[in-house]
Amino acid sequence: MEYLVEMRQISKQFPGVRALRDVDFSIREGEIVCLLGENGAGKSTLMKILTGVYKQDCGTIYYRGQELVLNNPKDAYERGINIIFQEFNLCPNLSAMENLFLGNENRTKRGLFSYTKTRKRAQQLFEMLDIDIDCDAKVSQLNVARQQMVEIAKALAYDTKLLIMDEPTSALTDKEITTLLAIMRTLKRRGVAIIFISHKLEEVLQISDRIVVLRDGENCGDVETAQATKNHLVSLMVGRAVTNGSAKRTTIPSQETLLEAEGICGGRIQDASFSIKKGEILGFAGLVGSGRSALARLIIGAEKRSAGTITLNGSSVVIRHPKDSIAAGIAYLPDDRKNMGLVLPMTVRENTTMCIHEKIRRLLGIISSKEEHLVVNRYIDELDIRVYSSEQKVSTLSGGNQQKIVIAKSLAVTPKLLILCEPTRGIDVGAKAEVHNIIFQLADQGISIIVISSELQEIFNLSDRIIVMHEGVITANLPRHEATQEVVMRAAIGTAS
Amino acid sequence: MLPGNPEGLSMAIETEVGVPIEKRRPLRVRETLVGVLKMRESAIFLALLGIMIVITIVAPNFATSGNIYRVSRQISFVAIASLGVFTVILTGGIDLSLGSIIGISGVISGLCMEAGVHYLLSIGIGLVTGCLVGAINGLLVSYVGITPFIVTLGMLSMARGSIWIITKGWPVENIDERILVLSQGDILGIPVPVIIMLFISIIVHFVMRSTVFGRRVYAIGGNEEATRLSGIDVKKIKCIVYAISGLMAAITGIMLVARFNSAQTSSGDGWELDAIAAAVIGGASLQGGAGSVIGVLIGAAIMGVIRNGLVLMKISAYWQTAIMGLIIVLAAVIDRIKNR
Repeated sequence: MEYLVEMRQISKQFPGVRALRDVDFSIREGEIVCLLGENGAGKSTLMKILTGVYKQDCGTIYYRGQELVLNNPKDAYERGINIIFQEFNLCPNLSAMENLFLGNENRTKRGLFSYTKTRKRAQQLFEMLDIDIDCDAKVSQLNVARQQMVEIAKALAYDTKLLIMDEPTSALTDKEITTLLAIMRTLKRRGVAIIFISHKLEEVLQISDRIVVLRDGENCGDVETAQATKNHLVSLMVGRAVTNGSAKRTTIPSQETLLEAEGICGGRIQDASFSIKKGEILGFAGLVGSGRSALARLIIGAEKRSAGTITLNGSSVVIRHPKDSIAAGIAYLPDDRKNMGLVLPMTVRENTTMCIHEKIRRLLGIISSKEEHLVVNRYIDELDIRVYSSEQKVSTLSGGNQQKIVIAKSLAVTPKLLILCEPTRGIDVGAKAEVHNIIFQLADQGISIIVISSELQEIFNLSDRIIVMHEGVITANLPRHEATQEVVMRAAIGTAS
Repeated sequence: MLPGNPEGLSMAIETEVGVPIEKRRPLRVRETLVGVLKMRESAIFLALLGIMIVITIVAPNFATSGNIYRVSRQISFVAIASLGVFTVILTGGIDLSLGSIIGISGVISGLCMEAGVHYLLSIGIGLVTGCLVGAINGLLVSYVGITPFIVTLGMLSMARGSIWIITKGWPVENIDERILVLSQGDILGIPVPVIIMLFISIIVHFVMRSTVFGRRVYAIGGNEEATRLSGIDVKKIKCIVYAISGLMAAITGIMLVARFNSAQTSSGDGWELDAIAAAVIGGASLQGGAGSVIGVLIGAAIMGVIRNGLVLMKISAYWQTAIMGLIIVLAAVIDRIKNR
């Protein structure tokens, strides 16, 4: 049978990273193809090319055998290629039926909004999908599963030929997932092609016809689901043997425990307990949304804990606000540098000393500018931050140097424990190696470090011990020598047992 | 000290190129000059000069010493209130209640004087009143989490209503004459309000530029979440800036009592417009994090000079109001185009 969409030899380069290299991908009408791969394997980039968000550097897309040039998302949209993101694009203040036809409203003859027509067409769509949603209910009042169904129905309202679903089940309960899979089968029968991105192997094996695996931006498997097994898929995703990065860890952490977190609960985090030794690097692995950074935010008091105790050096500490954690010597480097790490309109100097105002203040709260410059210059030298002047605004720096400023800011508090969330996200290869070296040096100085990263390779390169999380729960706690990529991956997708 | 605003310089660098040619070298004189010229304050200062020249040509009686004396005094009242709300704006908030706080602090301290309380103590009670009302705004914004717009809009009405309730609509007229010097006196030919304004400006400038508190205020406006995660008690700081705004409004309020020899119940009515506009024209961003004391002073001067010019040109009060509104919108439009 002819392919509905065929992508041939797609490559895409971003500054410093080759996101995709000669990737092939194809799908027929009425076929469900699952796209599998680790975080950062290139799935999203490939889908963004298919939906016209990015343009490929080379390679061709064919649509029913004809070459298809996508200049913007609208081009893809008009061919019936539609994507449902993890975060929904719905207006929560409008009703379900109003959302279905947003931008494509049904009008009366006089050009007014037609409630009758809208309701009729909305009911048809919901019936077709065999789902029970009140047309007049506000989207904000629907639960996540129903919002997702509205999103699917919305896609169908536009005569969708190809539907891309980006991790649609990550926020759903088991029962809701069953319903979703049933809807997907209905769509399949109607000839809609579906690309399904998911990390949950059970569902993938249950629903898909074919599975395409990406790894480091390259094709590394295209198997019929009937012939696939879980083990086979995991090994395809993980692939290569563990390679060590440039720097090596030589020091052995001390046996003295620095921090103990006991029964931490709050938000999606359930009963998380772990401890870290002095000078140890503890890696937190898991998929995006598995609750690693949420746990970190509970520890430092950025979010409210509903239960749990934290013991530091043997005595319990009360942390209710980030200021308490800094006072206790716990510094946190957030994953979103621009929105949570830096005050972009302020200077390098002002950002670096953000956490140590108490140390540089003199009589009447006046900042000692001599002291401040001393601190700033010290870290600019130590971390080799490339700036023109300490009066430069941080918004003008490159990602790598911005990240170093955030690190400098956390180091200025002379922490005992440093929690790093995605410390190398969005920075180039060179800067990444530098950051890794800095982490090793700090650990050698006896600072305990928690590294949260979605890049498995990074966790393996850095950690002395690895904790894996899955849906808010710690599913594995492994010494480095016991952790293989397969074991970690299994724990991360919740199939450890 | 380095120039206050190195923005011009960092713009010229564009993105950092990764080569530390002359790492952190001090800024040179020429660069400093260019920096000063590129400063936002210079642009609006030139605008102020331009406006003054035009008014002088159209209305020759503008540049007389008597008129300059009156205008500068009038600008001082607005400028002081504006400096208060400026600290709130820096955090990304707004204080719409300052006009009513001007009124209520004046009335309270007037009533104290009428009741025979010592005039200094009466002033103190007036200032504390303003500070307290501001602090209530701050508590509701920070700890209850209501948007500043709603809190201060409600306070605008509550405080003004309280004035009517307390005074039954009558002005307080038995004012201790010793306070009149605050607004009617002058030292070496300079009106006392101008001196008070300059004194307060220097303090606010210093606090904002050189203390931990000021640094934190700017940081909150620049990125509240990053500031909180840096271990700074954002709620407390936000609470304090509303109290400062209340205090500044109270100072204005008491000076207005001294100006008119009585505490008028309508005193400060509508002043929030002028005070906020002065800050915004002076370069303060309503998103927070940007603006300077010098800018606010120039902004207040622009507002005051134009108002005075319209009077001298014998333009009707109806038109004046409309024109002032137009100028505020125009300033915002120019700012938007410039930043695009």
